[in-house]
Amino acid sequence: MLGWIDDRLGAASWARTGLRKIFPDHWSFLLGEVALFCLVVLVLTGVFLTLFYVPDATAITYNGSFAPLQGQQVSAAFDSVMRLSFEVKAGLVMRQIHHWAALVFVAAIVVHLLRIFFTGAFRRPREINWLIGIGLLLLALAMGLTGYSLPDDLLSGTGLRIVYSVVLSIPFIGPYLAFLVFGGEFPTAQIISRLFVFHVMLLPALLLGGVGIHLAVLWIQKHSQYPGPGRTEHNVVGKPFWPSQVLKSTGLMILTAAVLSLMGGLIQINPVWTYGPFIPTTVSAPAQPDWYVGWLDGALRLFPPIEVTLLGITIPSPFIPGVLLPGIAFTVMTLWPFIEARLMHEGTREHNLLDRPRDNPLRTGIGVAALLVFVMLTLAAGNDVVALVFNVPVETMTNMMRIAVFVVPAVGFGVAWRICEELRRGELHPLGRDPGVMLRRTPEGGFEEVEPPD
Amino acid sequence: MRVLWAFVASLLVVAGLFALSAERAPARTRSQPAGSGSTTNQVSAGRTLYLTSCASCHAANGQGTAYGPSLAGVGAAAADFQLSTGRMPFAENAGHQAKRKPPAFTPDQIRALVAYVASLGAGPAVPTISTAPSLLPRGQQLFIANCAPCHGATANGGAVGGGALAPPLSMATAVQVGEAMLTAPGQMPAFPLSGEDLAAVATYVEYLRTAPNPGGFSIGGIGPVPEGFVAWLVGVSLLLLIVVLVGHDWDPRRT
Ligand code: HEC
Ligand code: HEC
Repeated sequence: MLGWIDDRLGAASWARTGLRKIFPDHWSFLLGEVALFCLVVLVLTGVFLTLFYVPDATAITYNGSFAPLQGQQVSAAFDSVMRLSFEVKAGLVMRQIHHWAALVFVAAIVVHLLRIFFTGAFRRPREINWLIGIGLLLLALAMGLTGYSLPDDLLSGTGLRIVYSVVLSIPFIGPYLAFLVFGGEFPTAQIISRLFVFHVMLLPALLLGGVGIHLAVLWIQKHSQYPGPGRTEHNVVGKPFWPSQVLKSTGLMILTAAVLSLMGGLIQINPVWTYGPFIPTTVSAPAQPDWYVGWLDGALRLFPPIEVTLLGITIPSPFIPGVLLPGIAFTVMTLWPFIEARLMHEGTREHNLLDRPRDNPLRTGIGVAALLVFVMLTLAAGNDVVALVFNVPVETMTNMMRIAVFVVPAVGFGVAWRICEELRRGELHPLGRDPGVMLRRTPEGGFEEVEPPD
Repeated sequence: MRVLWAFVASLLVVAGLFALSAERAPARTRSQPAGSGSTTNQVSAGRTLYLTSCASCHAANGQGTAYGPSLAGVGAAAADFQLSTGRMPFAENAGHQAKRKPPAFTPDQIRALVAYVASLGAGPAVPTISTAPSLLPRGQQLFIANCAPCHGATANGGAVGGGALAPPLSMATAVQVGEAMLTAPGQMPAFPLSGEDLAAVATYVEYLRTAPNPGGFSIGGIGPVPEGFVAWLVGVSLLLLIVVLVGHDWDPRRT
């Protein structure tokens, strides 16, 4: 059988080199794989959900087993999600695994991205995969946003309404764009079926294709590695793809699926039956989006409600925090490899050995500051919940966050820079021991301290 | 070995969540509706209590002072609500908002005080609320449209601005729910609904507290904020632990 294939495709020699491909050994290189395996779980559970979900906003009368909704008018979409949650066998656990997997998927991408950023793995020649990676992150966010809205419950309806008003706020094209996307003035009957097409066809196709290219580029370019004995810019030290890496990855996939199933089975998520069906005249509170959109919601909440008039054009207040800010953030992030190369006068130098975060205090400092802006904005999105938990007025929270969003990242930058410098000076591993003092015997018989080489 | 570690960690998380959810079990306090069929005796007994405990803020004849609003015409419903939820007597050091606490008076004393406040002017009487399962759908509709924006979809409470909190409704009795809607305590607006609608909302509030809530441990039931925390604290931490263990070089020949 194998011989048959080999005769026709000449696959054996190709496979042999493939199986012997070297993968460097470090746990941080597995983070991207976790994201990949979350995607596998998402696809599997997603296919199951698609079998039962009805992408239709037509109003029907609910007559399922959830008593408080009996006889109420709900959309067919909401009705099918209720059926999935209460009548379809294993429907609820599939829904919950899917939703937890989505939250963890984006989180894993972010952690993977942080590893890439802080170790300088995006540098020439790997800028290509950085760009593809950012594209994949954007696709993952779009997947999350569209999926979140499919149940057509009150909470996600409130989210869609905010999206609609943000799109509307774009100068000149806003109203046209909003009508194009939503098919009319919010709420529209078409939006659910449109989101569905995006969520189960267009975006997944792009996402899976993108992942394929991401991996192919990795394969062709070979893996980067941390500096160490015997490791140079021109070799890769590690274990072969088969058996070592395959076994490792398989184990990791099973464990990732196990963690997500455990969460889906044990921890309730998005109980749409308590939010109720979407009714255009009602909003729910506290109304938050899933965590990865939180920073945008937080920016909307922190930004003062002012309308700037520039050259006779009024810019509605959601535009700056809702469109301009993420636009700038993603542009800078996308272009970072090129910005950094320019800053560091890199020229055409190639990097296959990774930096430790301390090796580049400026990059590390900027990364920490950007991360803290993100964290602060995300916290601001939960300001009403945080206010409730800590029993402080919402307005105080908002004002505190308005200051914190500038101060905390600035302090973070300074601290990160300082730590990098200190570590470099001492060449201390954060977990290592003090290297001690080097002494030299002087010709006179005494001792003197030797400066450690820098 | 790695699998074992992942498993132990999951068990710990589960145990922690158990502990958390046990703490959320509501303490039930039920008070008899007071105020109906009051006697002159009750009114005078109430006045005596009133003069010692309430007059400092609401003035001797309930006309109100700088420290407390007029009680003329607030009705038996307002008095019973404020007293049975322990909001009154208001403690000066309690901040701006009267908070729920154990009632300061016995049920008899509350009946007397309510009778007295009701005698100050015509106002809503203590409603009779008869909850019934058939009212659930109406109750959910009304609750989601009117109450959820402040109290949250699962009645777990929320912030309403100005430093005020819409409290969780896990302790409110059916009568107190009706009274709150009729008398607009604190920052809450009034919802002068029909008797049946009051009962419908009360039925749903009770349902939220008692009905089984499928899906596993409820992490607050207030949506994506706790969900995001759990995704990171449970999901990402567990996976990071697994990644470090899987990525570790376990070959004993190397160090
Ligand atoms: C320390 C001052 C203080 C004391 C003592 C006090 N109250 Fe009050 N009371 C207030 C304030 C302030 C409010 C308004 C509370 C709010 O808006 O939440 C209020 C509100 C009320 C209301 C609701 C009025 C309305 O418009 O619905 C009633 C009824 C009431 N009090 C009854 C009493 C009774 C009966 C007592 C004695 C047991 C009492 N209070 C003692 C300060 C006080
Ligand atoms: C604008 C926000 C708002 C809305 C809408 C609202 N409430 Fe309230 N509710 C409050 C606030 C604030 C309090 C605390 C009152 C105080 O300070 O004494 C409260 C208190 C209560 C209490 C007393 C809880 C306790 O345990 O002491 C009940 C019961 C209640 N509300 C029921 C309802 C119901 C039922 C509805 C819907 C018909 C509703 N509320 C709508 C803000 C609101």
